[in-house]
Amino acid sequence: MTSRRDLSVTYAILGAFSLFALLPIVGIVFTAVQDQGALAAFGTFHGVHLGNFADAWRDGNFGTYLRSSAIVAISVVAAAVLLSILAGYAFGLMRFRGAEVLFYVFLLGLMIPTEAIIVPLYYDFRDLGLTDTYWALILPQAGTSVAFGTFWMRAYFRSVPRSLVEAARIDGASSWFTLWRVLLPLARPAVLTMTVLLFMWTWNEFLLALVMVSDEGLRTAPLGLSFFQGRNTSNLTLLAAGAVIVAMPVVVVYVFLQRHFIRGMLSGAVKG
Amino acid sequence: MIGGSGLVAPPGEPRRIGYLYLAPGLLVFGAFVLVPLGHAFWLSLFEWDGVTAGTWIGLDNYGDVVSDPALRRAFWHALVLIGFYALLPVAIGLLLAGLLARARVRGLALFRTVLFLPQVIAMVVVAVMWRMIYDPSNGALNELLRAVGLGSLAQSWLGDFDLALSSLGLVGTWVYYGLAMVLLTAGVQKIPPSLYDAARVDGAGMVREFFAVTLPALRGEIAVALTLTTIYALRNFDLVYITTKGGPGEATSVPAFQVYSRAFESGQVGSAAAVGLCLTALIFAITFAINRTAERRPA
Repeated sequence: MTSRRDLSVTYAILGAFSLFALLPIVGIVFTAVQDQGALAAFGTFHGVHLGNFADAWRDGNFGTYLRSSAIVAISVVAAAVLLSILAGYAFGLMRFRGAEVLFYVFLLGLMIPTEAIIVPLYYDFRDLGLTDTYWALILPQAGTSVAFGTFWMRAYFRSVPRSLVEAARIDGASSWFTLWRVLLPLARPAVLTMTVLLFMWTWNEFLLALVMVSDEGLRTAPLGLSFFQGRNTSNLTLLAAGAVIVAMPVVVVYVFLQRHFIRGMLSGAVKG
Repeated sequence: MIGGSGLVAPPGEPRRIGYLYLAPGLLVFGAFVLVPLGHAFWLSLFEWDGVTAGTWIGLDNYGDVVSDPALRRAFWHALVLIGFYALLPVAIGLLLAGLLARARVRGLALFRTVLFLPQVIAMVVVAVMWRMIYDPSNGALNELLRAVGLGSLAQSWLGDFDLALSSLGLVGTWVYYGLAMVLLTAGVQKIPPSLYDAARVDGAGMVREFFAVTLPALRGEIAVALTLTTIYALRNFDLVYITTKGGPGEATSVPAFQVYSRAFESGQVGSAAAVGLCLTALIFAITFAINRTAERRPA
């Protein structure tokens, strides 16, 4: 029923848009490996100079930035995943007074952008003496991440066959045991999807870090890159190498777990 | 997450132990999202420079969102960006979905991987990348135009008052059209072929078929795509901060950037809080409107 012509037009359009998505990325990778001595321009190519990454790493202090990002991302994701599993379990499989209202509050929380709370967050953390600490980066992101995670895990626990939960209860299993030994082993794909999305959002966060942190040693990777750009406008090669370094961790995770990224984002995942 | 199921009575007995499971998450969410949100509203009622004592001015900061030309312009720019971030990608996605309705394509997974890639890259990196591409002297875009003999079109894409906002908008289009394409093509592959057979028996051409079958069947997917991309368009801080800082003049000033510059550069903390809350209200309103429209079944 499908004509060959229709099919080739479709492939051509898909191919063209895929190519257009890829071109700027290929361009910046090319820029990152070109000869620093040559007049740098975006997307030109004069052989491969992988030493640029080492230079950018050293000049741009990216080792420190990546370490900060790793500390923040791991803390936020670990805390948010644990708390979301617990809260999602309560909303998904238990009935208690006020559950509905509380759930809607979480739901609204998904749409609250960082811009709405960044001003009071800064002044509150400053009054507590917590600006310029990892806490200022971890705690607010844990809050927004828990809103998404709770929503995500609730949807998962709703989809669990009731018979499973009831069987566990008849066997006399406690709710704690049921969660960790019966339900969670089956929840691994859902938990993994949530984990990679939270990791991506936390790693890429910029505004919070910009406002909360001025200490060089605490800067996260995106913030470090913006400072590197500020003081290094002439050397495009190193700037491109820095940009590649900052993007790389998430891209690597994406390459291995892309199914989870795509499934999560196609289901409309968004975080404040 | 948008488009989730509504509230159905959960299985199981009433369990007060639920509060215990909920408490830690609620505590963190409440302390670092809800309390600051309330505090933001409180701050928005003052004129405050962040240092000296503030002056109570009631809702005047909200009045400014309507009357202050700088803020009005910022919100207008945000709406323009919705065109680039949301409408354009969804239009591209629909075009492809219309084609796919007639052609069952293999190897979609590979295209999907590539089309999604821009979205996993940090917006700061995307901004650095596009600043290089738009660079007036040696950026890839001007080089390309010169190479194909259109050198007269080469210009300062982010430095021109009339072009800067569109140039930024197209970066958003680049990031999000993959999302719209993948969402809508996944949706179209779920439409039962019998619907198309019926349309063809009725003699519907490709265009009629698109409006009669494809478009109505994709309502849910369109709503999700529009909601997500609209939210991203409205929360556009990183890109503006890295590329233009709202300039030239105020040509690319957006609400998210106004929140930052008012609170942390020009000492208008109350106004910044008000702008942030108005932005949130706008996100709520648009999300709600999109999803209400999508739920209304066609007659």
